[in-house]
Amino acid sequence: MSFDLQSALLLAGLLAAGVWTVMTADLLRSAIGLAVTSAVLTLALFLLGAPLAAVFEISVCAGLITVVFVSTISLTKPWGVEAALSHKQVRLRRFAFLPLLLFAAMLLLRSHAPHLDLVAPPPAHPVQDVREALWIDRRLDLVGQILIILAGVFGVVVLFKTRDAARQEKKP
Amino acid sequence: MTLPGSTLFALSATVAILMTVAALYCILASRNLIRILIGLELLTKAVTLLLAVAGYVTGRMAVVQTFIITLIVIEVVVIAVAAGVVLGVHRHNQDLDPRKLTNLRG
Repeated sequence: MSFDLQSALLLAGLLAAGVWTVMTADLLRSAIGLAVTSAVLTLALFLLGAPLAAVFEISVCAGLITVVFVSTISLTKPWGVEAALSHKQVRLRRFAFLPLLLFAAMLLLRSHAPHLDLVAPPPAHPVQDVREALWIDRRLDLVGQILIILAGVFGVVVLFKTRDAARQEKKP
Repeated sequence: MTLPGSTLFALSATVAILMTVAALYCILASRNLIRILIGLELLTKAVTLLLAVAGYVTGRMAVVQTFIITLIVIEVVVIAVAAGVVLGVHRHNQDLDPRKLTNLRG
């Protein structure tokens, strides 16, 4: 069994960034941790041979979604650092059993799980070009994406239109 | 990545499962709506990793890339609308604690 240090480091970095995102008390740092997770995932996608998905991941997930999170955090009043830290301590005490439970579940699965051949046979007519797959084979997905984007735009417009109406009602 | 397919899949699946557990912990234990969204986002990262590795191992990278792109589009729309909802909740309640969202209680 060969072992590629690059892959192991990337996966370890991905896990570390994800865990840091969850465990840090400050919300802004948590949002930055999410962006770092996206950046590491982008590297992994690129090395796995998915450059188009990697571009989407770095531009949309690490860029746009981080901007949305930072804007939301700045527009609200999250907890102070002391309150967040005290809640974190309570949370850690309450869920201290979780790593042990996870470890026990992994041992149980390792010893009792049936052997599954997860590697599927190679496709009969593999589509190697992502453009062909995206624009021809999976055309219906594009229609779904357009509908979802329109639904999202409609939702955001309705949410912020309500806010404008409320502001106008407050004015004499 | 030059790991053999089964080893790479097993390693990535382990990382994805651990990330899923971390994300579920974030969603279930948090008392802040923004942090719950961050947990949801982390959950989709684990799914993206699993999809990419499955495509690499099975040799269906082109199709899997379209799935990942679709997943990212859905993710962005969900996060944008959810962020709007969070702002609305904060405007009404001046708080982001989900336990205090009792306005619809009968």
